[in-house]
Amino acid sequence: MAIKDYIRERFFPHIWCPGCGHGIVLNSLLRAIDKLGMSKNEIVVVSGIGCSSRISGYVDFHTLHTLHGRALAFATGVKMSLPELNVIVPMGDGDALAIGGNHFIHSARRNIDMTAIVMNNRIYGMTGGQYSPLSGYGTLATTAPYTNIDNAFDTVELATAAGASFVARSTTYHVQQLTKILKQAILHEGFSVVEVLSQCPTYFGRKNRKGTAADMMEYYKNNTTPVGSQAKKENPDLVERGVFVEKEMPEYCKEYDKIIQRAMKEKG
Amino acid sequence: MKNQNIKFIQGNEACVEGALYAGLDFFAGYPITPSTEIAELLSYRLPQKGGKFIQMEDEIASMGAIIGASLTGSKVMTATSGPGFSLMQEALGYAIMAEIPCVIVNVQRGGPSTGIPTHVSQGDVYQARWGTHGDHAIVTITASNHQDVFQTTVDAFNISETYRTPVILLYDEVVGHTRERLVLPEPGDLPLVERLRTSVREGVNYHPYLPREDGRLPMSDFGGVHRYNVTGLFHDMWGFPSDNPQVVHDLIRHLVDKIRNNVNQIARFKEYYLKDAKCILISYGSSARSARHVVEYLRPRGEKLGLLELQTLWPFPHDIVDEKCINAKHIVVVEMNMGQILREVKRAVERPERVFMANRIDGVFITPKDIRAILRVIQGKGV
Repeated sequence: MAIKDYIRERFFPHIWCPGCGHGIVLNSLLRAIDKLGMSKNEIVVVSGIGCSSRISGYVDFHTLHTLHGRALAFATGVKMSLPELNVIVPMGDGDALAIGGNHFIHSARRNIDMTAIVMNNRIYGMTGGQYSPLSGYGTLATTAPYTNIDNAFDTVELATAAGASFVARSTTYHVQQLTKILKQAILHEGFSVVEVLSQCPTYFGRKNRKGTAADMMEYYKNNTTPVGSQAKKENPDLVERGVFVEKEMPEYCKEYDKIIQRAMKEKG
Repeated sequence: MKNQNIKFIQGNEACVEGALYAGLDFFAGYPITPSTEIAELLSYRLPQKGGKFIQMEDEIASMGAIIGASLTGSKVMTATSGPGFSLMQEALGYAIMAEIPCVIVNVQRGGPSTGIPTHVSQGDVYQARWGTHGDHAIVTITASNHQDVFQTTVDAFNISETYRTPVILLYDEVVGHTRERLVLPEPGDLPLVERLRTSVREGVNYHPYLPREDGRLPMSDFGGVHRYNVTGLFHDMWGFPSDNPQVVHDLIRHLVDKIRNNVNQIARFKEYYLKDAKCILISYGSSARSARHVVEYLRPRGEKLGLLELQTLWPFPHDIVDEKCINAKHIVVVEMNMGQILREVKRAVERPERVFMANRIDGVFITPKDIRAILRVIQGKGV
């Protein structure tokens, strides 16, 4: 199908600023879904609050636009209640890892089968440019006018430590890789985390003098490298992208099915 | 009556029995005294019928999970107490806004804050009404004994499905932990309301948030043939965010009116000796047990005492309370808080100077003796 067939055109134009990376993530996600040949009726997109979370409204699936930080909690209810559904959870960096940090690590720990996409633009865009837990030390934001003294999480390390069974990272520059990774993540049985570096020229870029949207994407090109590359060894400041974790682990809903079988058997 | 239908159990267990009878499919919760037995028992019972239980990372997540599960067509519930109920307020508002059927049990303990976890209180009456932000309507029901806990739990699911609204079951520690008899009704004895689902066929436009003439909105389950958007933002008939003043106005009126216009249908109450009562006690939850004891004790001794036991607290049945109290000389509200239902009763009745309070706020269950002592003062018989 054409990408347009997955879109609710009635609800366009979208709210994203010119140059925002989130539209690229949306396009990549829809291409991945299209390549997988999934039925639209079997997909549920659950999102929280923020620029990224508006994705849910624009796509022609079952869509649930929830509360700030709580997307994974709502998604857990959807998935557990009806495990045959494919649940995809696009979130922003503040949404997923500040207010939603607890839900994030516990969803990873359970290894419940869903795809969490962290669209990391290192800023709270919708409220006008405050620092997020991924802005990083030394950045500027409307709530860090002198400089940001908060250290950033590393999404990949956090997700890995919390027990996610698929962990990957890509950027809005590397759209072919991103589509491929999203496809893998959706297919993976278990909790999948995909961090996507996505530019916010309006707030993060402007505050931190990162130039235009194109400049910021160019930055992703020049400052990232495939996982385990020689370049990373030579320059530790490069950000790795690719698949970091992909392992088979008992999936939560499947495990609960065994509980049901056992409970029914014991009851007789 | 079959013997195996007679149970000697806690109120929390009666709530579980009622929920299972009503068709509960999915429970998400977090341990908290004095409601924990509900979660414990459901973790055992739900999978036996193919249902699902999950212990979430907190009460915020529990509320989120039940809302998500409800959208797939499941009957859902969570259970908590004061501090957990505070954490649930955000998603409770979401369920109101997005019109998601769900049942929230609050077995009340003393507050504010961590308060007095193992002791009784009825201090969350207003929290149930106004705990979440913004104008809204809410349904809150309570009960004083296990048979009524069972019945009101079934009612809560029925009301929740009928009006597409969260329903709060506001029990208290004494009801939750008291052991007494429950007679389980046979399947079919009590009516069950199943969710109204849309008859719109695949390929035809389904408007998830376009109320029918009677105000009801037929649902379509996630995973079905109609794909639509659900949001906590003000939204149009498609479920898509809107800041159109007409859309905003109409939605808030719809959310409030669907409950307000059905106050009398939602109202549940019990009355004892009201007909000739000169003094009417108004109570609810466990304190109504002591109030009833006082009435039964003093009636044979010549006192024209009656009891109005409220089960539906919100929407408050103002007209019913006013009508029942019209001829009473004194009205005494018996509760375990600083006068939360007292205020509503004063607002409901003519000549509110007739309304007095008999309360306890020390974590100790209010006894018939406590109530009688206050009655003597009110009736001018000295201390």
